[in-house]
Amino acid sequence: MPMATRRSALAEGWSAVWAQRSARWGMGIVLAYVLAALFAPWLATHDPVHQAVEASMQPPSAAHWLGTDSFGQDIYSRLLYGARLALAIGFGSVLLGMVAGVALGLLAGLAGGRTEWAIMRVVDGLLAFPELILAMAFLAVLGPGVDNLVYALALSFVGPFARTVRSDVLQVRAQPYVEAARLMGVPMREIVVRHVLLNVAPGIVVQAGIRVSIAILLESGLSFLGVGVAPPTPDWGLMIAEGRAFITMAPWIAGIPGVALAILLVALNLLADGLRDALDPRSGEAR
Amino acid sequence: MPNRFLAQVGQTALVLFFVSVASFVFLKLAPGDPVSLMLGSDYNKDSYDRLFTELGLDRPWMVQYTTWLGNFVTGDWGRSFVSNEDIFRLAVMQALPVTLCLAAYAMVLALLVGIPAGVLSALKRDTWMDLCATGVAVFGNAFPSFYLGIVLIWVFGVGLGWFPTLGFVAPWEDPLEGLWYLTLPAITLAAWYIGLIARVTRASLLDVLGHSYILAARARGEGATRVVWVHAMRNVLMPLTTTLGLQLGGMLRGAVMTEVVFALPGLGMMITAATLNREYTVVQAGVMLSGLLFVLVNLMVDQLYTWLDPRLRRLA
Repeated sequence: MPMATRRSALAEGWSAVWAQRSARWGMGIVLAYVLAALFAPWLATHDPVHQAVEASMQPPSAAHWLGTDSFGQDIYSRLLYGARLALAIGFGSVLLGMVAGVALGLLAGLAGGRTEWAIMRVVDGLLAFPELILAMAFLAVLGPGVDNLVYALALSFVGPFARTVRSDVLQVRAQPYVEAARLMGVPMREIVVRHVLLNVAPGIVVQAGIRVSIAILLESGLSFLGVGVAPPTPDWGLMIAEGRAFITMAPWIAGIPGVALAILLVALNLLADGLRDALDPRSGEAR
Repeated sequence: MPNRFLAQVGQTALVLFFVSVASFVFLKLAPGDPVSLMLGSDYNKDSYDRLFTELGLDRPWMVQYTTWLGNFVTGDWGRSFVSNEDIFRLAVMQALPVTLCLAAYAMVLALLVGIPAGVLSALKRDTWMDLCATGVAVFGNAFPSFYLGIVLIWVFGVGLGWFPTLGFVAPWEDPLEGLWYLTLPAITLAAWYIGLIARVTRASLLDVLGHSYILAARARGEGATRVVWVHAMRNVLMPLTTTLGLQLGGMLRGAVMTEVVFALPGLGMMITAATLNREYTVVQAGVMLSGLLFVLVNLMVDQLYTWLDPRLRRLA
């Protein structure tokens, strides 16, 4: 019985997302980026970090489809590998923050009492810092680098996940079916996994959808500021920072990665809005 | 009201305590020894030990924390290792006003554009105007501010020459010139908010217009303008305030990047430069100050509710 209902709930959620035109667009574009990132080594025409000073700042041509930057690096190839990095850091940091946040939220919501109070005060404290500042402070201590960036971003996502999950757990816990399962002697572990976790899952998915685009925005922003990924790693934020000085004579250097980033962020937002409308109708625009 | 207010102040105090502990621990976690950082490469054991005791590093953490907090509250934030400037002066007297001016200017711009856009798109629902407003909202919301800033500099600063591209003139010294210099940064920062405000205004106005009190006002023969801007708008302001309160992090994030793109000497610029130079005491001050600001503004937003919604006043 549970298998059947579970599958239909999944299918229902999926078709509710798919029914929205803007969400379909968002999903399609994100999928295209994911494919480009996965197949970057085959799609790229040049080594993304190969510097050729004699070929620097060339406009788009047959040899360099999207031109070259001031170090003579091929922008098209860097763009592809940049997508890889952006998506890996975006999804990786959200996943990490999600695991920690969901665990804390579940623990707080299920334990109640002093444990809940203590956990939620720590979460309040984490939420008291603007994400960018929290990530920057973390990077200031750890130093720049891809893995440190993932940890820093993940840390700033723990709070939102913990808060959503806890409030959902409180609602689910009060449902008669949880009470019934407990009275029937279903082990606690199974209640948590089957009844609680499965019912708070939509909230988690919605939250993750929102956070991925913020993570990618923060990642590229921090790299743009110079505290994220270190050059010459192909990263969109770094590419925009590098091309900024040449914006009048070689607008493609900063312009192309910027457009790529903006399109991805718009698509992720459309997808996140679609997920929210489909899975969590309670929270409309107003919340 | 006093009860609700006191409970909120208590909650805020608790969060502030956490903020201060986190900021303190941050400096403790920072790599490198503050004494050798201050003395430079050339020092002997004697002067090292003297400074070590002077800074109170030989005392227990609890004592160090309370001393640090006491100094912080009284405005003694220490000196920068690099420029030897007083950090309180640097952060609060110089950087903070710049960021606040930018944020306020951007907020005014965003409200002035966002609310009418949202109203228009709700009233002309499902027309091309609605579609345009929604499109602008979606893009404004997603466009990274550091990239938008570069594009605006390129188009309006370099291309058309309408606005200065870089630099800063203090608005409190020369209001007109100051606002002139702040206009492009403020537009950059406002773009994110315009989209958000327009979307929330549209959604909640559509919701509110369906209520019977609006129908009653119409039936009394009140004009459409008055119905929307007086009767309906009061109830749109609530969800709008909630959203703006929830998006403060976005505002700060945008402000940091906007300041760096336009070379404005604000808090964001200060923290970024300090992070790059590994000037931990300045980063710590920035972390503490932004946490403080964030928490206090949230408290203010909460107070705004009771002011906007008389029902909450009666409840308390």
